[in-house]
Amino acid sequence: MRIKEHPILNFDRRKEIYFYYNGKKIKAYEGETIASALHAEKVKVLSRSIKLKRPRGFFCGIGKCSSCLMKVNGIPNVRTCITLVREGMVVEDNDMELSEKDYPECKFEKIECEIAIVGGGPAGLSAGIEASEFADVLVIDENHCLGGQLIKQTHKFFGSKEEKAGIRGIEIAKELEKEAVKNCRVLLNTSIIGYYDRGYHFLVGVNKIERVVYEIKANKIIFTTGAQENMLVFEGNDLPGVYGAGGVQTLMNVYGIKPGNKGLIVGAGNVGLILAYQLLQAGVDVACIVEAMPRIGGYFVHSAKIRRCGIPIYTSHSIKKAYGNGKVEGAVIVELDENWSIIDGSEKKISCDFICLAVGLTPSTRLVTQTGAEISFINEAGGWVALHNEYMETTKKGIYVAGDSANIEEASTAMIEGKIAGLHAVNSLKGVSDFKIKIEKYLKKINAFRQGFFGSRPKKAKEKIIEEYYEKMGKGRNS
Amino acid sequence: MKRWEKEGIVEITDLSLPDKKHLKKGVAIIECVQEIPCNPCVDACPFNAISMENINALPLIDYEKCVGCGKCVGVCPGLAIFVIKIIGDNALLTLPYEFVPLPEEGQIVKALDREGKEICNAVVKKLKFGKTPVVTVELPAEYAMEARNIKVV
Ligand SMILES: Cc1cc2nc3c(=O)[nH]c(=O)nc-3n(C[C@H](O)[C@H](O)[C@H](O)COP(=O)(O)OP(=O)(O)OC[C@H]3O[C@@H](n4cnc5c(N)ncnc54)[C@H](O)[C@@H]3O)c2cc1C
Ligand code: SF4
Ligand code: SF4
Repeated sequence: MRIKEHPILNFDRRKEIYFYYNGKKIKAYEGETIASALHAEKVKVLSRSIKLKRPRGFFCGIGKCSSCLMKVNGIPNVRTCITLVREGMVVEDNDMELSEKDYPECKFEKIECEIAIVGGGPAGLSAGIEASEFADVLVIDENHCLGGQLIKQTHKFFGSKEEKAGIRGIEIAKELEKEAVKNCRVLLNTSIIGYYDRGYHFLVGVNKIERVVYEIKANKIIFTTGAQENMLVFEGNDLPGVYGAGGVQTLMNVYGIKPGNKGLIVGAGNVGLILAYQLLQAGVDVACIVEAMPRIGGYFVHSAKIRRCGIPIYTSHSIKKAYGNGKVEGAVIVELDENWSIIDGSEKKISCDFICLAVGLTPSTRLVTQTGAEISFINEAGGWVALHNEYMETTKKGIYVAGDSANIEEASTAMIEGKIAGLHAVNSLKGVSDFKIKIEKYLKKINAFRQGFFGSRPKKAKEKIIEEYYEKMGKGRNS
Repeated sequence: MKRWEKEGIVEITDLSLPDKKHLKKGVAIIECVQEIPCNPCVDACPFNAISMENINALPLIDYEKCVGCGKCVGVCPGLAIFVIKIIGDNALLTLPYEFVPLPEEGQIVKALDREGKEICNAVVKKLKFGKTPVVTVELPAEYAMEARNIKVV
């Protein structure tokens, strides 16, 4: 299942290591996560549902969905998709019944910083680069590396030169990381799980494997926690082999492991289209893409790329069920009429051994909600988001948001939003001499991005968010 | 609704096409028909042949200025630019190719149309390795506006 030859990526498999899975010795390579190493060995069931004990497989690959919880070195509920495998590690199925005494002892550590940034994707790193010029910044990420969603984007990015258009996402991640680590402190493998207002901003983070609890005191916090992939309701949607599109990208482009031999993709937005292309590049066959809307949602240029490789896109189609014995063995797709009802007799069997859901993302806002910042359901933004002003500050003073967690958009805009949040936070903390000029430049740039057909949705989302923010704060935009 | 909106396939009539004179010297065909926030093609062209009103506008090509150098082909993130040069009954088609194995010079490959259907044989004339490998193939001139991909067999 490991990819040997790839047109864009080289997988570093220099160091072989061994670990144990339910007592069995398994080979892996340094740099792989536990879940990806297991996947390479065709172990597709990682956990089971609590009540019905239904099998659960790899889904999101970015530590959000909990399908991959396993017991690692005696520690229960470890998210194996973001935990690196180590020599001699003992990985077992999770116990279903847990009590507090099952958890080994923890160390406690205190950290103080001026600005804490939760999430080291493009938004968080850009905020860090901007703010660390003037302040002491700590960037925290629960993954074992920085870069967020960018680490799996092998395609060249759109946008303008300043936002690194024409460069592949993976390279943008490296550039941002290099720039950020110059002045920022970085805490990896650490999930922020709680926020407390103690007269100052206080975060609690945990590193599960190292058994450390971090108590973080900060003057300002920027939440750049990204987004979570959406699920879709259909029969068999929990079969191992039904993946989130981003999860498959991670598996394939970060760890070099194929999800299967032939896939069906649900959703012809940019994510689904790009994923199809990346699967072909990895030497994996794509049966088709189904899209419920009557038209392709993503960029035409992305659809043209995969059409000229012979991959069909069925618009006004959806998935009805996934079938298979303990794993995906095929799917049934159906055609929809203009009222989104299934057209009788349109059922078609598609033979495939995995299914990717690329049906949108939902902003990750649970953490920022703990701060008491006002949230609102904004359809155009992808769900519940924290209300914020044009400088990305929420209704709770000193708490900022940016990037996908503040509206599902693009890495390019996430980077600019990050810069705006970082600059505003550091200015209100210390005063930055050319603050006005700089922030005007960023605001102008982000508005330029939100023009045209694809810019209209995010533009509307932001207008609503900012309007509601000022309503909640009880004052006009310019007062 | 245009066909490309539903099927991802552009029709010749959706494109602004060069005339014979331009095709003889070799020019870029830009198959980017939808407004997206993107502009690296504008920056890539050393001859200022591509222009754009703003980052969301469609790229416009000036066939008088374009010399068919192919610099824009490997830069475009949409892989939407192709260079065509007609030489007698044959055409040289330059396209981006991001798959393995890469073809070798002199190798015969299949030319595919916008739906991925095989339409004719093509001979690989040139390979340029950059961030995106760019391949130039020779094929019968009548297929130059149809062939948009190759299959290494
Ligand atoms: C298939 C695909 C193709 C794309 N193509 C493009 C493109 O061509 N051009 C473009 O501009 N954009 C593109 N994007 C969008 C782009 O990747 C995202 O918009 C961007 O990554 C969002 O950045 P972010 O920093 O807000 O979030 P993310 O990149 O999601 O980063 C969030 C980070 O926060 C961390 N985190 C979350 N919660 C916690 C916590 N509690 N504690 C600690 N850490 C936490 C996560 O581990 C993660 O690293 C694409 C996205 C996908 C999925
Ligand atoms: S082929 Fe060369 S001259 Fe023509 S548009 Fe592209 S970069 Fe410019
Ligand atoms: S670089 Fe390519 S995708 Fe971007 S605007 Fe130019 S032609 Fe279109």
